[in-house]
Parts: sequence; C-alpha cells; structure tokens
Amino acid sequence: MSGLGYTDVLSVGQRWFLSYFGVKWGRSCVRKPLCGEIMLDDVDRRIVRQWQADPTLAPADLAERARVSVGQLARRQAKLREAGVVKGVVGIIDWAALGYAVEVSLRVTLDKTQGAAFDEFIAGAREVPEVIEIQTFLGRVDVRLSVIARDMAHYQHLYRSRILVLPHIADIEALMHVARIKSDLALPL
Amino acid sequence: MTLDYTDFAILRMLAQDAGQGAGAIGRACGLSQPAAWRRIKRLREAGVFGGQRLVLDAAGLGFGVTVFLGVKLATKGRVSLDDFERAVSAIPEVQTVEHVLGLYDYRLRVVARDLPDFERVLRRRIMTLPGAGEVEANVLLSEERRPGPLGVGAPGVG
Repeated sequence: MSGLGYTDVLSVGQRWFLSYFGVKWGRSCVRKPLCGEIMLDDVDRRIVRQWQADPTLAPADLAERARVSVGQLARRQAKLREAGVVKGVVGIIDWAALGYAVEVSLRVTLDKTQGAAFDEFIAGAREVPEVIEIQTFLGRVDVRLSVIARDMAHYQHLYRSRILVLPHIADIEALMHVARIKSDLALPL
Repeated sequence: MTLDYTDFAILRMLAQDAGQGAGAIGRACGLSQPAAWRRIKRLREAGVFGGQRLVLDAAGLGFGVTVFLGVKLATKGRVSLDDFERAVSAIPEVQTVEHVLGLYDYRLRVVARDLPDFERVLRRRIMTLPGAGEVEANVLLSEERRPGPLGVGAPGVG
C-alpha cells in the first residue's frame, strides 16, 4: 500500500517567508486576500464551524446546528470538498491506548553548511516508524520530530540507535510530553 | 488487547479517511463487510481512536501563518497551572496546548492570518496570560504526519 500516512504540507509558511523578504509588510496588504484565498459566505462559515467542532455528527444533527436543511448541507459540503477547503476527515489514533506511553518532542538544529542537510535528515527521519510527525521551522529550531515509545527504556533505545544516527544534526533538545490540554486544531473562523 | 496485521491495516485506513464504511475497508483488507464491521467496533471499544478531525485548507481560508510558541511560566507556584491552561485554551487562535517538561512548560500552536495578525495575538492574548514568562516563537514552514508504528515491531502483535 502506498501513501499510508496523511501528509499535509503547509505551503503558507513558505509563501509568507518569501513575501516577508521580498515585499515590505504594510497595513495595505494586511487584509487583502492571499493569492488563492477562498472566501466563504455566512452559511459556509456556520457549516465549517460546526463540522470542525464535531466531525462525527450525523448529517441531520450537523444541519440543525448549522441552521440549514439537510439537502442544503449536502450540497454545501460537496462544494467545500470540491473547492479544496475541506480536505477530508482523518481518524486520530490514540497511541497511549496502543501501548505507547511516552511521547517526546525533539527539537533539532541542523548543520546548515551542508546543502542537503534538510532533505537528508527528513528522509532519514521518515524511515523511523516511531516518528509520527515531522515539522520544519523558521526560527531557532530547524526541524521538530514527534517520537513515541512504549516506555523510557524503549525511548532510550530509539534515541540512541535511530535518532542520533540521523545525518547533519548540530544540536538536539528534548521536550517530554506530559499532557495534551487542547488539541482540536480548529481554525478560528 | 491483541492486534493483528489486519487490525493495523484497518487503523491505517481509518487514520487516513475516517469516513470510510466497513464495506470499503473490508474490500481493501480482504474481509466481508460484517467481519470488517466487527473489527472496527472492537478497535473503537478498545479506545484506539482518539476521535476524528476535519482537515481544512488553512491557507485557502486565509490563515497564512502558523507559529509554535514555547512558553515558560514566570512565577511558578504563584500562578495555578489550571488558571493558565484555562485562559490559554480559551484563545481561539491557539489550536493546541501541550504541557511539556524541559526547556519550556507549555507548547502552543497558534494560527493567524498574517504576521501583523500573529503579533496582535501574541501581544494582546498570549503575553497577557496569567504567569506567562519567556516565550520562544518558531514559524512553521512545513508539516508532515507519518502513519506511525502500525506494523512490524508494534506491541501486542498476535
């Protein structure tokens, strides 16, 4: 099976990065829609707001909360998917329930004198099954990996045998995950 | 709970698209629809699914900037963690709040329309939180979710 993971590349950050250095920021461009920005009307907004609050709702319940008819809801949902506003509904795996009690956030600084540092490091990180998230940043941290492990002994093993051997690491810092207080990832529409 | 490779295949499919029915999953895994349905039910009852999430095109909707903040509490002991957590969770632009151990106390994911909008959220909402001290910001450039260890070497493989 190919394409097992759900991959979501945020090109926005990059877009922002380019415009930050290429174009001067001023009040005039603050609320100008970004290139490709999709404008929602009030009905769309109500639907998306309720839908993201609970993606498991039955159509009839979602329609009621969004104050639209079931038929209207279905048409709008199809339109939102078609326009690419809604990319899909993903399932969230509870790794703790699967026996992975430890989650660590590894903040990695790379040796950027090596041209291919990012690509080679990320390609290596993809080979480690316990890496469940890879993010790249503009800031003090270059790449962040979310790593899960069954217990601290397993984490220690992964860290030594799979993570520290990844190419071009200049520095690495660990944040041990204690609790997830909010994780809905909803957009403030 | 003992999971076999078929269970892992079902988990992978539902993680990618939670809206799939037992029929489609059964066809992909070589199971009848009732057999697939029973397995999905068993996985749900074991609490292996932590819910579902609607994936939206943040950029397309005008949210051009995602920033991760590491927040250190300034006055530990004097500010209750509950108060901080409640206040930070109530900010609409804050998408995730994680309590961590290490360099920072909390890790926040903040979404904003653009850089001036992010600055507004940071100054008016985050810096004014009870107990917020040192803050480090990293702008997200790209993000990739991986399938995770659903297969060889996973615990409980039967």
